[in-house]
Amino acid sequence: MTLQQVNPQLLLKEIRADMDVDEDDGLAPARPAARVAPRTSIPDLTDVPEPPRRGLGRSTLSAKFDAIGSIVAAICFTALVYWWFSPFTGAFGALVVGYLVFLGFYALLVSIGNDRRAVADKIMTVLMISAGVVLFTALAFVVGFALFRGADALRHLNFFTQTMEFAGPLDPLSDGGIVHAILGTLIQISIALAITVPLGILTAVFLNEVGGRFARFVRTISDAMTALPSIVAGLFVYASLVHFVTHQKSGFAASMAITVMMLPIVIRASDVVLRLVAGNLREASYALGANRWKTVWHVVLPTARSGLVTAVILGTARGIGETSPVLLTSGVTAVMNLNPFSGPMISLPLQVFEFVKSPEPNMIARGFGTAAALVLLVVLLFIVARLIGGRPPGVQSNGERRRAAERSRDDLQRMTAAAAAVSLASVSAHVVATEFDPMPYEPPAEPAADPTSAKDPAPATEPASTTDPASDSEETPR
Amino acid sequence: MTAADIRPRSLRTRPSFADAVFRRTAFSAGGITVAIMLAVGIFLSINGGQALGVAGPSFLVEQEWSPETKHFGIAAVLFGTVTIAAVAMCVSVPLALGTSLLISEITRGRLRGFLVAMVDLMAAVPSVVFGLWGVFFLQDNIIPVSRWLSTYVGWAIPFLRVTDAQGHPLTDDSAFTSAAFIAGIVVGLMIVPTQTSVMREAFSQAPVGEREGALALGASRWGMIRTVVLPFGRGGIIGATMLGLGRGLGETIAVYMIISPIFTLNWQLLKTGSNSVSALIALRYGESSQFGLSALMAAGLALFLITLVINFGASIVVARSRSGAQTN
Repeated sequence: MTLQQVNPQLLLKEIRADMDVDEDDGLAPARPAARVAPRTSIPDLTDVPEPPRRGLGRSTLSAKFDAIGSIVAAICFTALVYWWFSPFTGAFGALVVGYLVFLGFYALLVSIGNDRRAVADKIMTVLMISAGVVLFTALAFVVGFALFRGADALRHLNFFTQTMEFAGPLDPLSDGGIVHAILGTLIQISIALAITVPLGILTAVFLNEVGGRFARFVRTISDAMTALPSIVAGLFVYASLVHFVTHQKSGFAASMAITVMMLPIVIRASDVVLRLVAGNLREASYALGANRWKTVWHVVLPTARSGLVTAVILGTARGIGETSPVLLTSGVTAVMNLNPFSGPMISLPLQVFEFVKSPEPNMIARGFGTAAALVLLVVLLFIVARLIGGRPPGVQSNGERRRAAERSRDDLQRMTAAAAAVSLASVSAHVVATEFDPMPYEPPAEPAADPTSAKDPAPATEPASTTDPASDSEETPR
Repeated sequence: MTAADIRPRSLRTRPSFADAVFRRTAFSAGGITVAIMLAVGIFLSINGGQALGVAGPSFLVEQEWSPETKHFGIAAVLFGTVTIAAVAMCVSVPLALGTSLLISEITRGRLRGFLVAMVDLMAAVPSVVFGLWGVFFLQDNIIPVSRWLSTYVGWAIPFLRVTDAQGHPLTDDSAFTSAAFIAGIVVGLMIVPTQTSVMREAFSQAPVGEREGALALGASRWGMIRTVVLPFGRGGIIGATMLGLGRGLGETIAVYMIISPIFTLNWQLLKTGSNSVSALIALRYGESSQFGLSALMAAGLALFLITLVINFGASIVVARSRSGAQTN
């Protein structure tokens, strides 16, 4: 055990150091005058091959043996108990018994060579890993179940091009589709987004940039509203808007219910993102003389853009998937309705719910197909959110960095050209002024010819004093 | 110029025109938001208050729900909501705790990033998809487990007994379907991702110095987790649990699809029949008169107040744990 832990490189070093000292000692009587040799010397390791490093993260052979051995033992024990000895039945029970037996055997095997703390460490590690495996398996199974059972319906192209207007419950899957629900979802979420995005982001800006007592009040209220159950949001819109104003369920009422549900989510998420914008960026902007509005528009919002987009898209994913607010407000229909202000307009989650109410297998298959379409839509939104966002505020993507570099090159050209024009004008006006040139003209081809300046502008532009504005605008995220 | 004329220059600044417009706009956005949300709260309170005035204190103890005969109360539905949420907590908290520790302490690099993204994605899966799974898969496959629990564990724990009115144990399949137990499992799975991401964030904020100190003193990985990560993340664990609880209490569609609604207190979790406030609203809103609607709004208001208290408690606990971690 201890031999394994000794670094062979170090061992070699020591051995060679010993040899050097011996050599010195042997030569010492020959030239006593030059005897100022150090007591230790640095060994020459240039032609010594590097031995392979031991991976500290990998498990040792005995740990592998413990794990594999106890798995095999648990499988054999469970098979024995279930097939020969006892009246136990059921796959689930076998799984539970097998798992408990595995834990027992594993603890036993580990305890052979280790103390109690090591056993506790191993067992807890196994428990954490199994929690993760159970969770991800279960969630993948839930989603996969919808996709698997929905594949029957998704295979028919008409599922995405027709409505349910002429398709009855007994009709085969080659009749009817959910295009009316897809368009209904898109219309409803668009109206909801048209309200929540400006209002939510502006409110978050208000909370962060204006502040004050009223802002704290707004934050408290909007935090409280994140607790509003979505069905209660639907009930509110049903009892107020549908009952007193429109007198019918409509797509507009559904989007109002989604708005009431989504607004606090968007405000809270944007608030968190805006709070992460570094204070020195704001202060730099104020120091340059920008007012509040310019600071928000040119510094704060662009810096937080990717985070804001992510917040909005994730809020959209929740708004699309929520059934209970639209259950009360949108109404159920089988025909296409593109007018949100009159008549019922169904959406995807509600369509799932309506399909699976029916006992007919074809309708249930359609329900699963609709659920699969909904899941795919949410996953698509999520992937888009990941591609756009996922970066903290102030960190630019490659494209953004390239564009910023291009802009600063343009600025550089413009400024040098302007400086040249000024110096030319001053030359024609007073010939004496050529002695003093505040911004010496430089051919603009030089920085443009250097493609690496996009990544690292400093070395390419260092010699020229005129490039200060360029490197300034490089660092300010746009 | 005399000394009396010299006054300190006023340091008050007048905002420019653009700033004034910006401030005005931001203010009004905040105002509109607050107006919408207060409108929801006030509308619910006024309408619900009308029904509450009729029902009086019996609203909390009455099990029936028939506003037409003025006999209505939330005892049964609230009890069902709480039992479903309790089962959900039993499922979700161990899974969330284990998974968040796995992600923050054991996995590294790419795998960790992938798992974090997966957890976030799962939090966005629509609840109707979970409901479908619960109705068409779990319902059929959980019955042997329910029967086993009621037969072998039920004699010790009265919640898990399944008996008829005379107290004889039931073993039919039909006695176990549409139970609070099944709805609770589905709701539990639904809220695990939310809890996991909050807990993981709390654990990842445990200070590196203390972690390395524990390891340097010879602690094993679990010893380090037990003495450093869990104490630092305690607020995060409690806050995540309560956030998940708030979501679980308000969950509608999955519960509505699974349970068969009854209006009595059902202490037997595994036995068919349960109810919840949100399922009650989804069930009864269409056939309600004006007064029936206001009764439903009273029920919704009660649910809202409970989730409100839970959410505020959670945010206070999370905030306190965060500030504590920073000062240490």
